[in-house]
Amino acid sequence: MSRETAVKSHPLDPLLRADRLPHIWCPGCGLGSIMACLSSAIAASSIPAEKHVIVSGIGCTGRVAGYMKLDSFHTTHGRAIPFATGLKLANPELEVTVVSGDGDLFAIGGNHFIHAARRNIDINVVCVNNFNYGMTGGQAGPTTPVGARTSTTPQGATEPTFNLPLLAATLGAVFVARWTSLHVRQLEKAMSRVMEKDGFSFIEVLSPCPVGFGKSNDIGDGLDEMSMYRRNGVVSHDADLTEAGIDMKHDSPIVLGNFRDVERPALGVRQ
Amino acid sequence: MTTAAPAAHVLTGQHFMNGDLACAEGALAAGCTFFAGYPITPSTEIAERLARRLPEIGGTYIQMEDELASMAAILGASWTGVKAMTATSGPGFTLMMENIGLGMMTETPCVVVDVQRGGPSTGLPTLVSQADVMQAKWGSHGDYEPIAYAPASPQEMFDYTIKAFNAAERYRLPVFVLADEAVGHMTERVTIPEPSEIVLAERRRPDLPPGDGWLPYGVGNDLVPAMARAGDGYAIHVTGLTHDERGYPVVESQVHERMVRRISRKVQMHAPQICEYEKIMTDDAHVIVIAYGSTARAARSAVLAAREKGIRAGMLRLITLWPFPAGAIKDLANVVRRFVVAEVNLGQVAREVERYTRSPVNWVNHAGGTMLTPEAILRGIVQVKP
Repeated sequence: MSRETAVKSHPLDPLLRADRLPHIWCPGCGLGSIMACLSSAIAASSIPAEKHVIVSGIGCTGRVAGYMKLDSFHTTHGRAIPFATGLKLANPELEVTVVSGDGDLFAIGGNHFIHAARRNIDINVVCVNNFNYGMTGGQAGPTTPVGARTSTTPQGATEPTFNLPLLAATLGAVFVARWTSLHVRQLEKAMSRVMEKDGFSFIEVLSPCPVGFGKSNDIGDGLDEMSMYRRNGVVSHDADLTEAGIDMKHDSPIVLGNFRDVERPALGVRQ
Repeated sequence: MTTAAPAAHVLTGQHFMNGDLACAEGALAAGCTFFAGYPITPSTEIAERLARRLPEIGGTYIQMEDELASMAAILGASWTGVKAMTATSGPGFTLMMENIGLGMMTETPCVVVDVQRGGPSTGLPTLVSQADVMQAKWGSHGDYEPIAYAPASPQEMFDYTIKAFNAAERYRLPVFVLADEAVGHMTERVTIPEPSEIVLAERRRPDLPPGDGWLPYGVGNDLVPAMARAGDGYAIHVTGLTHDERGYPVVESQVHERMVRRISRKVQMHAPQICEYEKIMTDDAHVIVIAYGSTARAARSAVLAAREKGIRAGMLRLITLWPFPAGAIKDLANVVRRFVVAEVNLGQVAREVERYTRSPVNWVNHAGGTMLTPEAILRGIVQVKP
């Protein structure tokens, strides 16, 4: 029997820059699955692919823009949201999705996030939260849980963290969800929903970073962290978001769900 | 490609307006339909005018949360095919440097107006300075060649805002209008011509349809790539990382060398078309005063006063500060014996002039807060009189 590999095209190939693969992400990273969810949501979207635009900042998640065969903008650190704001306001026909990391969106880019949510600019923001700065080798950021060891918190992190869904909802985001790279069906559905929705939508996606975070925090490799999401994940769409903070302890629940889906007059909406 | 100005945007006629307002009207006449900014003295009147005028013509005005965001927003807007602008002063110009670098690296046409005030830091918020000249050249990290115009009157705020848009569209980069507080707040007659008399440049579009192998950063002899719009189906990738002709990131020194040399060279090779200056009584001059922006107005009076004293003085008024008009200075250096550089900073252009002449250069300057007086410049001329 021949041992030829049958190379078939993948249904998402038209949305990926296959000539740029393989990607740079580490084994066990959740970004590949998350990019597949985004691609599937775009493929299923009623908006033509050429009107979808991906904007990202800097970091591992920032590289998503470069792998998607769409108009894609890899901007400066923290500035994906204001760049996306310019795109969307100048051409409301575009469906603009920002995909970036927790450090990019909430440390260096935090001010832009709060103002974009306040304005209710019609963009989608997907924050891939891996609890650390992965690209630069695992430093602490504003989502690093208290006690977590990173290269810049060798004794354990001491600063309180952002609870991202609570923050987004408080600021007025019209759609707020949290899923993980394990919950691919729910994540894809949430992404489809925000592409239909007018206004500022926010999805937090938890993602393993075994190299930068998992190994040094007694979580293990990517699959171990995915097991933790399955074991500790509690889907509660009506959750009290003030109770939805994450500490990534082995016995702590991780609250997941589509927490908010409301209407509010939005800026930059397609006519 | 060139077109005439959009008739509905142009307030043809005689006006009595300050330089900031003239700048806003120049932007509209140039076809600007997008402004993102953050209020800062002494540029705020530009934003105020556009907040009222842009909605009248179907354009977009947005006040962003800071200058980092303002600069990012105009870059994003430019990629939809519109002409976009922001306006600021020193502290905001400093914040914009980050995304000015992104604009240089991604070759994104747009206009940044810096109405200079006294610095460093908060400095003299309401008072004049010309101390951002070198920041315009070197402010963002890495190598690039900027284009910067220094208008000397409200009329020139109008005229050179249009020229800044044209240069941005032709050469694909953020272009600076390096105004100063005196010019921004001075009120004078401004003549706005008929739309048909205003010639506008438009960026070149891809000459192939999507999917036909068009290279987003492929160039011809003029070294300026054509530019696709987001939403047109080209699936462009635009990154601040070093990239190849496809726009794909490449971590290789040869690719970096090629691209950084090209984005500098595309401006350098067009410097003869870009550079503008005015020569006043230079033919028989022994002493040349070099000045720009509002200071050129005092320098002109000083040169006339020197002539009355029998001193053969002339003047080179710089309009383009970047690319620096080195050729004009070298030519004059062959025939004149002395230079006086008058400016409201501690020698930013004087030092640059010294690079192009062996003749003595007298620095006449102060750190900012008031214009240089004609008397101060005249003293500088008399000191060096051969």
